[in-house]
Amino acid sequence: MSERQGKGDLSLVALTKSFATFTAVHPLDLTIPQGSFFALLGPSGCGKTTTLRMIAGLEEPTGGRIRIGDSDITDTKAYQRNVNTVFQSYALFPHMSVLDNVMFGLRRRGDKQAKAKANEILELVQLGQVASRKPTQLSGGMQQRVALARALVNRPDVLLLDEPLGALDLKLRRQMQMELKRIQQEVGLTFIHVTHDQEEAMTMADSIAVMNAGRIEQLGDPATLYEQPRSTFVANFLGQSNLVRARVNPGGTDAVVTVRAHDTDLEVSREHLPDGVQDVWLGVRPEKLRLGESGGPNHLRGVVRDVSFSGVATQYSVAMPWGQELIVVQQNDGSARARLGETVTVSWAAEHGFALDASQAADAGADLVDDRG
Amino acid sequence: MPYALLLPGLLWLVVFFVLPMVTLGSQSLQEGNVDDGYVFTANFGIYVDALQQYWPQFLRSFIYAGTATVLALLLGYPLAYYIAQKAGRHKNLMLVLVIAPFFTSFLIRTLAWRTILSDDWFVTEWAQRLGITNLLQAVGLTANDSLLNSQFAVIMGLTYNFLPFMILPLYTSLERLDPRLIEAAGDLYASPWQTFRKVTWPLSLPGVVAGTLLTFIPAAGDFINARLLGNTQTTMIGSVIDSQFLRVLDYPLAAALSFILLILIVTMVSVYVRRAGTEELL
Repeated sequence: MSERQGKGDLSLVALTKSFATFTAVHPLDLTIPQGSFFALLGPSGCGKTTTLRMIAGLEEPTGGRIRIGDSDITDTKAYQRNVNTVFQSYALFPHMSVLDNVMFGLRRRGDKQAKAKANEILELVQLGQVASRKPTQLSGGMQQRVALARALVNRPDVLLLDEPLGALDLKLRRQMQMELKRIQQEVGLTFIHVTHDQEEAMTMADSIAVMNAGRIEQLGDPATLYEQPRSTFVANFLGQSNLVRARVNPGGTDAVVTVRAHDTDLEVSREHLPDGVQDVWLGVRPEKLRLGESGGPNHLRGVVRDVSFSGVATQYSVAMPWGQELIVVQQNDGSARARLGETVTVSWAAEHGFALDASQAADAGADLVDDRG
Repeated sequence: MPYALLLPGLLWLVVFFVLPMVTLGSQSLQEGNVDDGYVFTANFGIYVDALQQYWPQFLRSFIYAGTATVLALLLGYPLAYYIAQKAGRHKNLMLVLVIAPFFTSFLIRTLAWRTILSDDWFVTEWAQRLGITNLLQAVGLTANDSLLNSQFAVIMGLTYNFLPFMILPLYTSLERLDPRLIEAAGDLYASPWQTFRKVTWPLSLPGVVAGTLLTFIPAAGDFINARLLGNTQTTMIGSVIDSQFLRVLDYPLAAALSFILLILIVTMVSVYVRRAGTEELL
């Protein structure tokens, strides 16, 4: 595969989809490297599924181009594209056996080894023993794997996954996430995974595009998106965030800038501060906060209002003098615990904070998070 | 005792189906005439005579009914597909339009076709101008340059009258067809035609089988269309039975013909259903 690297990249150029009354996807530019596991993450109605359907050829774009390598596939029909989809509902053909379902694509292309290839891929997804059954006789998880095998067996340039794990229960979903990741690494195809489950996206994908209202909010690898969100939407949609209103102080060093929040000076890495912005939301992830002063130079004092113990960690809600409550998640690693009503110091390091333009709503995206995971 | 609920239905079947069938069967094996009465003589020979004498009418009935069924399928399938998958909010209106003809009597509607196809109306005139009448005459569906009183008119009448019986079961089948399966087929490199052949058609087979049966069976026994729209060369077996019963008053022959028709249809239908292999889809 490595010699083809770069030749099979999928690129979307100003791809747009408008309906009569609204624009589902605003001009979207994106390049997805061949062989990567890419996730399109966003709440329902953000345009991620529409984008996927345009790549599959099931939806016609209003504007823009779709390319795989050097070939422009924008004007081709779905059946002419070397792209396959694993549908959310699986869409398995109920009148065909599992084997016939898996052979469907190969047969349409007149592949002489259809049967051998189909059997091989069924082994890969551990379904060799049910090849002759009808899809309706299988469990949800098995049907999901048939749908995956049916798409994978064609060795498409791009494999699209439309919330493929949405119908599975939590345990099975976790298992399938690992499975999908393993299979993707084994076959080395480009996977584009559409999901609204941020944990799922972070677990599986090499890179994630977070979409909101038809636009890509931020693109990056899971760790960067989580550690350095560039908008309040991303900060809230990917995990929890504490956002404190602050104003940037002039000066500072190359590495660190101070911001003034509610009469306290707090440090934040310069690279986590957008250029030319004065009013900011200073964000810190709950698990980056420490009770006590061991966390770093940034200190805030408050009163513990709520303690909830969850085994691995304890979550504290600490009320600040100005009324805001900060969420602190502390590993239960034997470090000091706080009691309800106790006055505590909350501390963190400069590099664990990130600053976001304060013209955005602090709670953007927070209500859209799906907590099933 | 839940089976008690079956009693009224069973009773109905015994009185209005089983008893008449037994009567009919025994009548076909009797000899005599209306004036002197009939005696049961186990005269099985009548079946041989009936077939020998009337096989052309039997054959013609099945050919006409078969042709009308195929035509109704060709006309009805696209229509049912459109109503089921594409009509959106007009779905109910279109379904009402399909069954609207049932609000008038079968006989009246067939009589209306006599007017529509009559020589002095514009339909025939246009058909003549466009060369359609010549074409129909050339293939033997009409005998002269009129449309009425011909094989063409009979087959057309049968197609028209039984079309809703084709459309409704097709609609039911196609309505249940998940459009995502069609997308999936396209996604897996199937052209529109292959998608139809491999996915849409097999999944609509229960509707096709039900529709063709509901069209073919009554069409094969029909006598109204042949009588009102045909001529003496287009007589179907239904007309023969009708006239044997009501005009010639040869009850045994009429009963025997009815039984032969019944047996032939049941045989054809069972072979057909088995061939179509739709048991597990139904």
